[in-house]
Amino acid sequence: MNSPFLPVDDEALQRLGDRSDRNALAAVAAAMSLPTTETEQWRYSPIGELALDGLQPATEPTGIEPPVSVIAGGAARATIIDGFLISAEVADGWQAKGVSIAIATDRLVDLSPSLDTTSDDVIESSIFDAMHSAFSPGAIVITVPEGVAVDEPIIVRNHHAGVGVASFPHLIVEAGEASSVVVIEIQTSVAGKALSVPVVELKAGKAANLRYVAVQEHDTDHWQIGRQLSNIDGQATLNTDVAAFGARYARIRTDSRLAGRGSTAKMSAGYYGDGDQIHDFRVFQHHDARDTRSDLLFKGAQDARSGSIYTGMIHIHEDGAGSNAFQTNRNVKLSDDAWAWSVPNLEIENNEVHCSHASTVSPVDGDQQFYLQARGVPPVVADRLIVAGFYREVIDRMPMQVRDEVRRLVDEKLDRRDGER
Amino acid sequence: MTTSELVISGLRASVGSTEILKGIDLTIRSGEVHAIMGPNGSGKSTLSHVVMGKPGYEVTAGSVTLNGVEILGLPTWQRAQAGLFLAMQYPTEVPGVSLSDVLSVAYQAGERSADELDDVLKAEAERIGFDHDLLRRSLNVDMSGGEKKRNETLQLGVLKPKIAILDELDSGLDVDALRQVSRRVEAATEEDGLGVLVITHYSRLLNELRADRIHVLAQGRIVDSGGPEMAEALESSGYAAYGGDAEAVPAAAADPFADPFA
Repeated sequence: MNSPFLPVDDEALQRLGDRSDRNALAAVAAAMSLPTTETEQWRYSPIGELALDGLQPATEPTGIEPPVSVIAGGAARATIIDGFLISAEVADGWQAKGVSIAIATDRLVDLSPSLDTTSDDVIESSIFDAMHSAFSPGAIVITVPEGVAVDEPIIVRNHHAGVGVASFPHLIVEAGEASSVVVIEIQTSVAGKALSVPVVELKAGKAANLRYVAVQEHDTDHWQIGRQLSNIDGQATLNTDVAAFGARYARIRTDSRLAGRGSTAKMSAGYYGDGDQIHDFRVFQHHDARDTRSDLLFKGAQDARSGSIYTGMIHIHEDGAGSNAFQTNRNVKLSDDAWAWSVPNLEIENNEVHCSHASTVSPVDGDQQFYLQARGVPPVVADRLIVAGFYREVIDRMPMQVRDEVRRLVDEKLDRRDGER
Repeated sequence: MTTSELVISGLRASVGSTEILKGIDLTIRSGEVHAIMGPNGSGKSTLSHVVMGKPGYEVTAGSVTLNGVEILGLPTWQRAQAGLFLAMQYPTEVPGVSLSDVLSVAYQAGERSADELDDVLKAEAERIGFDHDLLRRSLNVDMSGGEKKRNETLQLGVLKPKIAILDELDSGLDVDALRQVSRRVEAATEEDGLGVLVITHYSRLLNELRADRIHVLAQGRIVDSGGPEMAEALESSGYAAYGGDAEAVPAAAADPFADPFA
């Protein structure tokens, strides 16, 4: 069969692995159209520039090593190339306690919400969900059993190696009841046009403490259209951090579901675009249960002709009494041609809640510049300090192990900025 | 100790089409303390901003020289490196940037070794009763009014300028803090030959920090100058004699940086 989006034949599907439903799912994808900027969900995006017909779905790579990971050690390490699990290693001690990394070919992205035609979401992500289900080589499942507290991070090295290739990585983290774990994913890619459609599912069991960090360092021709789906049980805490510095266009749609009473979601992001980059975040904080708490802080800078989009929605379900929900999005525009859209929303179906939202888009503060310059700091250095300082709040929310790397990425952007001034 | 001299002559400056400084002449030398007093909207803060090069003002006439070098054409940071310091009336919050970050890059930009900066910072903090923990905290963020003014004074102590302009340093300070800060500034005049221009609305600060000369600024001009005894006279009689508080507000409205609460 031929998809109008990806030139896929049966043989290519066969090579993806032994799953009988791929053809049917590929047909579902083929019957769908790409979204357009006419729809609210993609309004500010460059989706019209995406040309799927030049892309091949990734096949299992051989003999490719990802660039060396900046973070050494860890309780376990997984290497993913083009969506395929290349290696997985769990330190003996943790293996004995039941920590595992495994492949599950039967764990498809749940298409049911996407195929619900009454939902607005159907337009938003259905084609990418359908392609993911058809072409993903299988989910990589990290499991931490009940009661196990993993005191070193689990490192996931996710590299996209194929130019002209679309990859469909699928990562699932399951933190059992009263367990705790930190998962750090470093995303990179080779130079050249490519697409990755990653799906990350985070499941925090009762009273678990799960933390997931994604450091996105894709090549500036790379497109990323991803989803992060999380489910947080009673009394559990999920921390998610995203550091987005790479890609031509990187979109993450996040659905954080506070499913159990007393659960907490803390979400942070630091993003920095230059050149023609666009960083796009659609974040849903779903408060489905009582006494839940979510706290979102996203901060980004836009230089040159780059742009960012933040669309946030706090949704308090009618059963969400006693919920506290906060969303803050701050942007600093470093050039006249840069742009940022920030659209926070609230949808509240229960009155016994406490919600707040704040959003700003502004240039570097003139009073701050003057204050530092009046101490003898040259303007270029003053701006560096101010921009680096702007990120400190989100970097301080990230785990120790990634802070240096994120600071380095900020410095790298600032170096480029200074070089061009 | 070399002697320094800040000479302001015939300085006129505007914001938009409104002239705020209408010809200021003032000379401050090493070791001297001058006070500029005046009603709200008389142009006190504007003078400090124009001398330091804050954007938003247009200098239409006059000159400001430091040791004979014209500084009006220099960017702010070079004025600071040349030895000018401005303690601000409302120190700006700079999230994520600590005092030691700023001072170490200021040292580097001035080609001064920052090796002993930490020790200097601690010693200065000690001297004015500034909590050590605040040294690592974001500049002026979550600091009380008094902490912010101590912070300004601490920076003065570390940067060791030749001439310092202290804009309403007394606002937000309690009596003890006012005394500590004043002692530190006075010590700098003696130890380092610092020349000081104090800008204040009230004579309270001048009870602690003795001024050699007092100048009254009204409607953009220095209308009277005298010895320290003038402070007390102004305290009792106010600025009415200088056409200050009684006048219609235009000057106050024209200065976007005037203190709306003073």
